[in-house]
Amino acid sequence: MKRVQFEHSPIPYLFVAPQLLIIAIFFLWPAGQAVYQSFLLEDAFGLSSQFVWFRNYSDTIFNESWLQSAWFTAIFSTLVTFLSLGLALLLAVKANEVIRGASTYKTLLMWAYAIAPPVAGLMGNLMFNPLIGDMYHFMNSFGYDFDHKLHETDAAFVVILISVWKQVSVNFIFFLSGLQGIPKSVTEAATMDCKSPTRRFWTITFPLLAPTTFFLMVTNITYAFFETFGIIDTTTQGAPGGATTTLVYKVFQDGFRGADIGGSSAQSVVLMLVVLVLTVIQFRFIERKVHY
Amino acid sequence: MNLFKKLAVGAVTSMSLMASAAYAQVEIQWWHAMGGRLGEVVEEIAAKYNASQSEYVVVPTYKGGYEDTMTAGIAAFRAKQQPNIIQIFDAGAATIIYSKGAVVPVADLLEKYAGGFDSTDYIEGVRYFYADNEGKMIGMPFNSSTPLLYYNKDIFAKVGLDGPPATWEELEAMAPKLKEAGYQALAQSHSPWIWAENFMSRHNLPLATANNGYDSTDVKILYNTPELRMHWTKVKEWLDKGWYGYYGRGWGDNQDAFVQQKVAMWLGSSGSFGGLTKSAEFKFGAAYLPYWKSVVDEPTSTFIGGAALFAMAGKSEEENKGVADFLKFLTNPEMQYFWHRETGYVPITNAAYEMAKADGYYDTTPDAEIGILQLTQKSGEWTKGYRLGFYVQIREVMYKNFEDILSGKASVEDAFAAIEKDGNALLARFHDTYK
Repeated sequence: MKRVQFEHSPIPYLFVAPQLLIIAIFFLWPAGQAVYQSFLLEDAFGLSSQFVWFRNYSDTIFNESWLQSAWFTAIFSTLVTFLSLGLALLLAVKANEVIRGASTYKTLLMWAYAIAPPVAGLMGNLMFNPLIGDMYHFMNSFGYDFDHKLHETDAAFVVILISVWKQVSVNFIFFLSGLQGIPKSVTEAATMDCKSPTRRFWTITFPLLAPTTFFLMVTNITYAFFETFGIIDTTTQGAPGGATTTLVYKVFQDGFRGADIGGSSAQSVVLMLVVLVLTVIQFRFIERKVHY
Repeated sequence: MNLFKKLAVGAVTSMSLMASAAYAQVEIQWWHAMGGRLGEVVEEIAAKYNASQSEYVVVPTYKGGYEDTMTAGIAAFRAKQQPNIIQIFDAGAATIIYSKGAVVPVADLLEKYAGGFDSTDYIEGVRYFYADNEGKMIGMPFNSSTPLLYYNKDIFAKVGLDGPPATWEELEAMAPKLKEAGYQALAQSHSPWIWAENFMSRHNLPLATANNGYDSTDVKILYNTPELRMHWTKVKEWLDKGWYGYYGRGWGDNQDAFVQQKVAMWLGSSGSFGGLTKSAEFKFGAAYLPYWKSVVDEPTSTFIGGAALFAMAGKSEEENKGVADFLKFLTNPEMQYFWHRETGYVPITNAAYEMAKADGYYDTTPDAEIGILQLTQKSGEWTKGYRLGFYVQIREVMYKNFEDILSGKASVEDAFAAIEKDGNALLARFHDTYK
């Protein structure tokens, strides 16, 4: 029997070439540079350097301030992801049920999507300003001594609040379109079978939203890891006492502020590995539970 | 001719015009970190220089804050696109000076191309900070400031206080009265600068081994001393008593507390004077940085803060000549007096200071002289300055631990032990990198 063999055409390669080129230039090359730099002790201006194996890693990774920021990053990204997904889902479900003035609600909820993280951070910073901030005075009006300039949990509260606020609208848009993609016939059939709306939501709606939720979880974790940089830089700048320093912010502080290129490269290589592991976990273990 | 063609022709013509202009004159790139009003004054200085001669054109470019400017300079140097002149701040001085071959000492440039250089032309307080251990100036002090105490004269009059405190003991005596009247006594911007580095200078204490770091990169910090621990124990007490208000690390946030009359006194920079005259809607005065009578009988001068201009290496002789010519112009008495008057930064040469005095500037605005008077107070062994590597990170370590003291998370002893340990680890790392 003759095997059917299609003639290979070079055209597919040409189609993917631009994308591969972009990956090579903007990811592989800088990532390779980071790995290379992480093994060097080099002066800031690149005039002399020595190869030091893992010195940069041992100097900058397993010390107190790095571990503190690793711990904060873990808590921070879990909370930001969980809260912004949860809130957005709640809002989307409710907005989906609204009949009168639905588009107004939706527009208002999507509005914050247009705001860049640093701008959200600047606004939050003004609202929490001890002298003129309404939020600051509001928080203090309960008799609790709220001071995000000195109290670690208060500072964490501020950055989490702003990060979640900024992300909710993005998630809302995806959840809403996901909800609208669920066929009417399915929900109507479910209504006939089951009276409880909560139960209907968890057994019918939520599983059907699983692909959207999974996608949003991946993007939200990335957001919490990397994009919240702008919010932290414009609000707490990692203070007080390093309590709101995420791993990315620490890379920035050491590399861009402090001109320690080897040390910050080592940190970014570790960060790259952490994100890699997280992504693998997400796709191997969580995606299996998702039905498309 | 359609619009596109018009634009294209216009672009070509203007490009050729620019090219011919650049051909005739040597361009000197100057990267700086002076935003807002300060940036406008920088532009004015460049414009004045460009109008004064026809050989060189100085092009100033604002590159963001101090750290951003340094990072931009580092990246540009690595890509061989460095500017001729770059403004580097006090904490970054070690990084640029110890990177062998990154800069040409300004003393050499002026010696070679501008008819000589004499460091005694410069006021004592600024002469050594950006110099090597033999006193040769590597960077030209540009915006030089020093920490001062500002006080609200209206509040002082209302509460019945005569004048600003000269010592911290006096401040402690005043604070209860201010508190009773509903004011916090004190706010402060930049605690590592004022309450660590300049604390040492004010009390003539060494802040690091190896001659405050000037002699070698093999150096250890000496912040973990009884005097500084005592000071921070007091600061924590003041905070708990409501005498001291902490408005975060932001320079402006603490200044705002003073401008909005929540606090009666604020520790800021002599360079803040110009901004305060515009924003404060009350009478205020400037005074010397207080000291502890219990530590010294007579205080010594403080360090300069701010930044210096460095001539970057790898440039043609013609351009370096231009750099020297411009630096000479910048340090002439008229320009220094102009800079001093417009910004509040101190004039760096004796001649400029004399000119300001002769002009009667300090008769009308006596507060503008406080900074320079403080810099020319009695000097001591430890008032020249310091040269410490990875100092941006060390300041970060200090901020972190000072905040831990204030929030009660760490005891003063533990916080200073942590500063010593982390600071020395950074210095050791710097030494191994730059040896």
